[in-house]
Amino acid sequence: MVDVSAVRDGRQLAVPDETGHFGSYGGRFVPEALVAAIDELTEAFHQTWDDPSFRGELARLLRDYTGRPSALTDAPRFGEHAGGARILLKREDLNHTGSHKINNVLGQALLTRHIGKKRVIAETGAGQHGVATATAAALMGLDCTVYMGEQDTRRQALNVARMRLLGAEVVPVTTGSRTLKDAINEAMRDWVANVGTTNYVFGTVAGPHPFPLMVRQYQRVIGEEARAQVLERVGRLPDVVAACVGGGSNAMGIFTAFIPDRGVRLVGFEAGGDGIGTGRHAATITGGSPGVLHGARSYLLQDENGQTIESHSISAGLDYPGVGPEHAWLHDTGRAEYRPITDAEAMAAFALLSRTEGIIPAIESAHALAGALDLGRELGAQMSQPPVILVCLSGRGDKDVETASRYFGISS
Amino acid sequence: MTALSDALAKARAEDRAALIGYLPVGYPSVEVSIEAMRALVAGGCDVVEVGAPYSDPVMDGPTIQAAAEPAVRAGVGLRDTLRAVSAVADAGGAAVVMSYWNPVEHYGVARFAADLAAAGGSGLVTPDLIPDEAGDWLAASDAHGLDRVFLVAPSSTDARIASTARASRGFLYAAAVMGVTGARDAVGDAAAVLVRRVRAIAPQIPVCVGLGVSDGAQAAQVASFADGVIVGSALVRRMLDSPDAAGVAGVRALAEELAAGVASRRR
Repeated sequence: MVDVSAVRDGRQLAVPDETGHFGSYGGRFVPEALVAAIDELTEAFHQTWDDPSFRGELARLLRDYTGRPSALTDAPRFGEHAGGARILLKREDLNHTGSHKINNVLGQALLTRHIGKKRVIAETGAGQHGVATATAAALMGLDCTVYMGEQDTRRQALNVARMRLLGAEVVPVTTGSRTLKDAINEAMRDWVANVGTTNYVFGTVAGPHPFPLMVRQYQRVIGEEARAQVLERVGRLPDVVAACVGGGSNAMGIFTAFIPDRGVRLVGFEAGGDGIGTGRHAATITGGSPGVLHGARSYLLQDENGQTIESHSISAGLDYPGVGPEHAWLHDTGRAEYRPITDAEAMAAFALLSRTEGIIPAIESAHALAGALDLGRELGAQMSQPPVILVCLSGRGDKDVETASRYFGISS
Repeated sequence: MTALSDALAKARAEDRAALIGYLPVGYPSVEVSIEAMRALVAGGCDVVEVGAPYSDPVMDGPTIQAAAEPAVRAGVGLRDTLRAVSAVADAGGAAVVMSYWNPVEHYGVARFAADLAAAGGSGLVTPDLIPDEAGDWLAASDAHGLDRVFLVAPSSTDARIASTARASRGFLYAAAVMGVTGARDAVGDAAAVLVRRVRAIAPQIPVCVGLGVSDGAQAAQVASFADGVIVGSALVRRMLDSPDAAGVAGVRALAEELAAGVASRRR
């Protein structure tokens, strides 16, 4: 069942283990009421992952419905600003519904149908996962309820309307900080009460086992495609793979295929908000510490009492005080690096890609783009050849037009 | 033997179920919440479940959230919780802490166990820690002679009831309904069914039932089949309605009603 291995000290370390642990991270910190359901989900996931007919159905949907494989786009004019690095964009923004989220959701929705449940629930921050879940639910005839922090329903009003058009019920969450973390709490409460009829379609590589494993497996298609595309296009592997990290699903999606390629640097860019020093950020690995949140042990932002601290980011999709346990593991083992990107740096990269390449990225993805600008300049100074940097362009910026217009003072 | 085990044994000797009252620390203030816990003891609770406020309480419904949120914002943590434990113990009640796992892990599991024992606490109820992940806590609770209360739910398989009962000490917390905390109009059949299943699988450990009990009549009903009746949201509601001395008096009055309900069902 375990098919991704990290090598450390010359030993093969398979992650996660059978109980969902990545070293000391991951696991299941859940109410007992949910254990039977996540046991069932785990078993069904493994069974279907090894089932050619299930995988064939998923592959067909990814091709005919999502539009995979997604394109790999050279970004030379953008690259000029990255010390002349060759920047290659993995275009998850071109997927149906506009982000990588659909990859995971189609897998989990098929799984829901396989288990025989008729209702799905989901949390959403920026609305991308909610839109993807509402879409898959419409496609497969499932009832769908999406929990979204009230603050996010205002920041991402367009996506709220999209979900409702798709037939989903959107529940604004008014508890706690009224953002993604509280939407997850509310979805968990719904799940505890309705677990007999309802499957929780979780949006990222966090949460209790099997979600970190399952979501990674459904997202790894990103890196598998990209690795082959880069080899074909460039004739060698990239020097660096860059992705933004909130919960971390697009990053695990693009990193996984490259983990055994020891010469390829994997760099995750976290939301630095106003700057790590200000305390107003969502850079969980950079500025947090190990603990338990939302069903797994990983890094999180917490105060001296172990209470979760509210995160801050201009990007609703990265505005989360936790991160997937495999990222914590990759960080601690040194296989991946994590760096913060401030709101201002992300928005500068957002504008630059729009104007140099004619691609308006999601603000989430703009964090990876800003990181690529930094990496290109750093590596350009060290290498004789222009470095090759693969960037996961996880989503498109349509949903962010209003936020960006306000940020740049553009009148509509 | 902890004070909790003594209290359960005493209730059993009196041929009745035990009454366990829950209140969160820090609402409306640490001081007043401690007063309310003393009122629980005075009103007839055998055991006080001392709730540590937490920012992300996924097992709690709106009532307990409404009281815990301001406490979290005010910076109330496990240090205050331990102070409340001491106060309950001094008042003659058995105190168990109810805490989500991260505050305990952040405090340090071994250190928390030592400080809880020193404060006179009997043990810990862990709504989001299952025995599978509880290695550190099993060791620390053994080292300090503390009870550890894990939950079982109507959805638990027989195998999980068996393994959870084996890991538990003090009592097993049977979540009566599938859902979060909160007063309910009726206590469903699920609780009685669950208690019967637990008794058949693990006859040694006391089984206490929580989630939804709100008045003396419901308490009496649950007392007819469980070793203990756990009441939370209905008590918290008294404090939310009147977060002052009148609320404390309301808590005491409800505790008295519940205690009478529990005592009315001699078995």
